[in-house]
Amino acid sequence: MFEGLSEKLSNILDGLTRRGTLSDEDVNLALREVRRALLEADVALDVVRSFVDKVRARAVGAEVVKSITPGQMVIKIVNDVLIETLGSDAQPIDLDAPPPVAVMMVGLQGAGKTTTTAKIAKRLTERMKRRVLMASLDVKRPAAQEQLAVLGRQVKVDTLPIIAGQTPVQIARRAEEAARLQGYDVVLLDTAGRTHIDEALMAEMAEIKRASSPHEILLVADSLTGQDAVNLAKSFDDRVGLTGIVLTRVDGDGRGGAALSMRAVTGKPIKLIGVGEKMDALEDFHPDRIANRILGMGDIVSLVEKAAQTIDAQKAQKIAEKMRKGKFDLEDLADQLAQVEKIGGLGGIMGMLPGIAKMKDQLASANLDDRLVKRQRAIILSMTPQERRNPDILKASRKKRIAAGSGTKVEDVNRLLKQHRQMADMMKQLGSAKRGPLSQMASAFGLGGGMPVPRPGELAALQKQMGKGMPELPPDAFGKGGLPGLGGPKLPGLGFNPFGEKKK
Amino acid sequence: MSDADRPQDEKTPFFKRIFGRKDEAPAEPKEEPKQEEPEQEKPEQDRPGWLRRLSRGLARSSQAIGTSLADIFTKRRLDADMLQDLEDVLIRADLGVAAAERIKEEVARGRYDKDVGVDEVKNVLATEVERVLAPLAKPLEITSRPFVILVIGVNGSGKTTTIGKLASRLTDEGKRVVLVAGDTFRAAAIEQLQIWGKRLGCEVIARESGTDAAGLGYDALQSARESGADVLIMDTAGRLQNRTELMAELEKIVRVMKKLDPAAPHAVLLVLDATVGQNALAQVEIFGRSAGVTGLVMTKLDGTARGGILVAIAEKFDLPIHFIGVGESAEDLQPFDARDFARAIAGLE
Repeated sequence: MFEGLSEKLSNILDGLTRRGTLSDEDVNLALREVRRALLEADVALDVVRSFVDKVRARAVGAEVVKSITPGQMVIKIVNDVLIETLGSDAQPIDLDAPPPVAVMMVGLQGAGKTTTTAKIAKRLTERMKRRVLMASLDVKRPAAQEQLAVLGRQVKVDTLPIIAGQTPVQIARRAEEAARLQGYDVVLLDTAGRTHIDEALMAEMAEIKRASSPHEILLVADSLTGQDAVNLAKSFDDRVGLTGIVLTRVDGDGRGGAALSMRAVTGKPIKLIGVGEKMDALEDFHPDRIANRILGMGDIVSLVEKAAQTIDAQKAQKIAEKMRKGKFDLEDLADQLAQVEKIGGLGGIMGMLPGIAKMKDQLASANLDDRLVKRQRAIILSMTPQERRNPDILKASRKKRIAAGSGTKVEDVNRLLKQHRQMADMMKQLGSAKRGPLSQMASAFGLGGGMPVPRPGELAALQKQMGKGMPELPPDAFGKGGLPGLGGPKLPGLGFNPFGEKKK
Repeated sequence: MSDADRPQDEKTPFFKRIFGRKDEAPAEPKEEPKQEEPEQEKPEQDRPGWLRRLSRGLARSSQAIGTSLADIFTKRRLDADMLQDLEDVLIRADLGVAAAERIKEEVARGRYDKDVGVDEVKNVLATEVERVLAPLAKPLEITSRPFVILVIGVNGSGKTTTIGKLASRLTDEGKRVVLVAGDTFRAAAIEQLQIWGKRLGCEVIARESGTDAAGLGYDALQSARESGADVLIMDTAGRLQNRTELMAELEKIVRVMKKLDPAAPHAVLLVLDATVGQNALAQVEIFGRSAGVTGLVMTKLDGTARGGILVAIAEKFDLPIHFIGVGESAEDLQPFDARDFARAIAGLE
């Protein structure tokens, strides 16, 4: 969701990266653009203002460390202030209270309260093994209570039986009592959407709070919200005292400035983010990762961690070793392709990379999807072991057989072979590189051969490296066959460009 | 838009002077249906309720921007700082940086370094906003039978509620309306529309959750033709515009309907939530590309969000704005009126 902002900031600060010294004028120029980018990302004006002031105060007179450029220094300061504003740690839902622990969901109409309630219920039930009861207090919107009941059946969480004609406060009391008598650990109260200037409904909300004394009061807010985010967050907070925020529709292409605004104005942590329509599409909010994404560095940490979980480290090391020696054969390529699929497909990887927002659209329209990866694997799997180890023996008749066997055409086979060759060449160069960002990249990623399990120090180094390498890439690097933001023309740990020749 | 938003940080004294005093000033543009003068009288008599609501909302938005402007411009020389503050006021209304800058320049033209009065500035602002919006304030005209209206938008923008209100309006005009529960994805979306149908006495065509919406739309259109309905309004599942596969599904609904009637759907209404920020531009663009949006409805203008993004949308897309939603009951759907909207943004009553 933050990609748009990432691109903007990296474009702006790109200009600074190559300068030797940073004048006041430079800082002001960059910050004016930062301001504009933040506003276009829907960060509330006052938040933008204080943000920019903070960055300026820190940037002017800041000591520029010798080995980095002033532009990188500014990026770092912007990054630091972003993280500070977003909050420095991920904060989970707090259930540390005598059961039944009441959690109350509030927000505007259409923010996603009911869906989020069910997602949280599922999460608490499955991950934390709590007995959860959900109750819909929405007696206003037609079929709102039924909606929660249906979702409850979907996620296998109990909902409070619906009794027509009860007021929200009565339902809240009944839910609390039922939860107590039947031994539930958590009771989730889904309230009706309300406008924060609707006095009657705001008073009702305060009364529900009194009746149920919730341990958590979560504001559910749309990440696509504009300048009004501050008004609504502040109004709800003033009225009932929020304990946290859940941002929804983070899987949209909004730039998500609302996250920054609401956090800044209420000081309340963003605890969870909704990232899809499925019931398990709810994730922890990691301020530092999001800040990295805003800065155009992509959610590299997430990617590395995810890869570390799913990729066979030993196999990866072996491939890395082979690459170093320039003996990267098709068998290894097939393994890598399999790993791409394991991490969540190209889409999953792309989502975590910086500066990809625009390209995602292009990719979608070019139909470059995971089927490509599958097809390429099929081609390799249609080869004999001998062919895989020694692609040079592939002549016309063999290629024909392989194409037939994998349901592709000879061109596809050729394209794959060409890619493999290019990759192998690049690997060799990487392996022999002695200095420069490429060699560091290479070693950080186990020479591009799959993800090594990252050690903390390595991650930090990597982050740093990302920060350095990234802005120097032309924005269209991807079009030339690489992915931006990686300091090298390839996906980390994939060691090849899965997109083939770019179709425009 | 007030000191409320301001983070803990210290602000320039100037800023404080401008914005420091007001309380949370809500705003919501709202407007009364001016374009149908006769109609406007009627509601006034019949339903004092909504008119009061409307005026209340109008007062709110007016106060919001009006007070800001008054603070900036009362008997002062128009200088760069003041212009910056004017731009800020517009940005807070979600007009976006580009539209706000343009209007700021309009205000500055010929007035720079002169003493300016509040009313003058408000009028220039209102005129400018109205000039952009006026060509787009068009009523939704029912031109054929059955007239098919497809209602689309992101999740939670207020599609189903808008359909209920729209059906109520059309039913009041004596039209026979059939509703199609095309949101076969979200839990209880079908029930929600059925409840509206029961309230209004409209037929609701529905199938069970999870069925193909395109097929449902086709069958519903066929049945509406046979039964001689005047208007067919089809609900759809909310979808984010960056979900390619869901946008393809929307395309399919349109495509399949065209097999039966090449002119269908006769209207494709994109429902926009007033609280949405700059992302509305992307919504209009991409929904427009996939489903051929013919007009806009802006909902939730009864909150503090002002829907200023409509100005930015109007500058970029030539799409009529048919209705605005100002509340949850059936009568809270009003025709869009550019003058009222513009004057509300400028803080003129």
